[in-house]
Amino acid sequence: MSGPDVLFLAVGLVTAGAGLLAVTSRQVLHAALWLVVALGGLAGCYLVLGAELVALVQLLVYVGAVVVLVLFALMLTRTGGVPVVTSVAQRGASALVGAGTTILLGGSLLATLGGDPVPIAGPSSTDVATGIFGTYVWPFELLSALLLLALVAAVAVARAPVGGKDRAAHRPDEPPAAAEHGETP
Amino acid sequence: MIRPALPYLLVAVLAGLGVYGILARRHAVLVLVGVELLLGAAGLLLVTVGQTTESDLHASAPVLTLFLITIAAAEVVVALAVLVALHRARGHVDLAADLDPRAVVATSDDAPGETP
Repeated sequence: MSGPDVLFLAVGLVTAGAGLLAVTSRQVLHAALWLVVALGGLAGCYLVLGAELVALVQLLVYVGAVVVLVLFALMLTRTGGVPVVTSVAQRGASALVGAGTTILLGGSLLATLGGDPVPIAGPSSTDVATGIFGTYVWPFELLSALLLLALVAAVAVARAPVGGKDRAAHRPDEPPAAAEHGETP
Repeated sequence: MIRPALPYLLVAVLAGLGVYGILARRHAVLVLVGVELLLGAAGLLLVTVGQTTESDLHASAPVLTLFLITIAAAEVVVALAVLVALHRARGHVDLAADLDPRAVVATSDDAPGETP
């Protein structure tokens, strides 16, 4: 075991453990916070693998933006009593499918690519910049349009009138008192 | 020198955890947590292949990972907006409950904030 091996083992164990807790925790907030640890650990894995720029972007975008967004969504949709845990049968079947995914993916990856130790030699940040602003400049510009579109679509979806035609007031079998009731919020 | 088996093993474990999280959760935000883990596995696979194999033209592996992170961010934004809209319409984000839009009366009676 070389130095990067030990480092990656440590960071990878943290990542896998945090991911496991993120998908098994019964507290919604705890699961979201374990996701922070898992994605931060993933950034550490990128760093050990020598992709500093990707690690930095992962830290900025995921831990800085996505997880904060998830926490805000948890606050906006807090109802207190939403049960998190599904039935034992569904969890067992999900665990089977997840384990099958792990075995299939891990087996095929390890059999084809997981051989002897190799040197870590990725492209430098200059190469990445040349790639983004040279070869991949049109997909990059398209991504900015995608982000703008996602922003506008998110605002439109989140602010859309609730129910539309399905409002309680428009229901023929609804008593009038309950119909007013539905108007108040 | 690094053993490439370790990152690939982590990719497989994260993908399995993501699939489990998507299938076994009934809170919609927690399903998204599973999706995030799955996307993280995909990014780690891209980075690992890019850093441990040769003949990488145009630095495509890090560039594709950056694109993946950006697309994942956009996806999360839209998904959470849908969840907020769902919560406003339903009063909950329980995916195991009846999500039929016409069933709003059945659930709005016990939802908080509906009582005057």
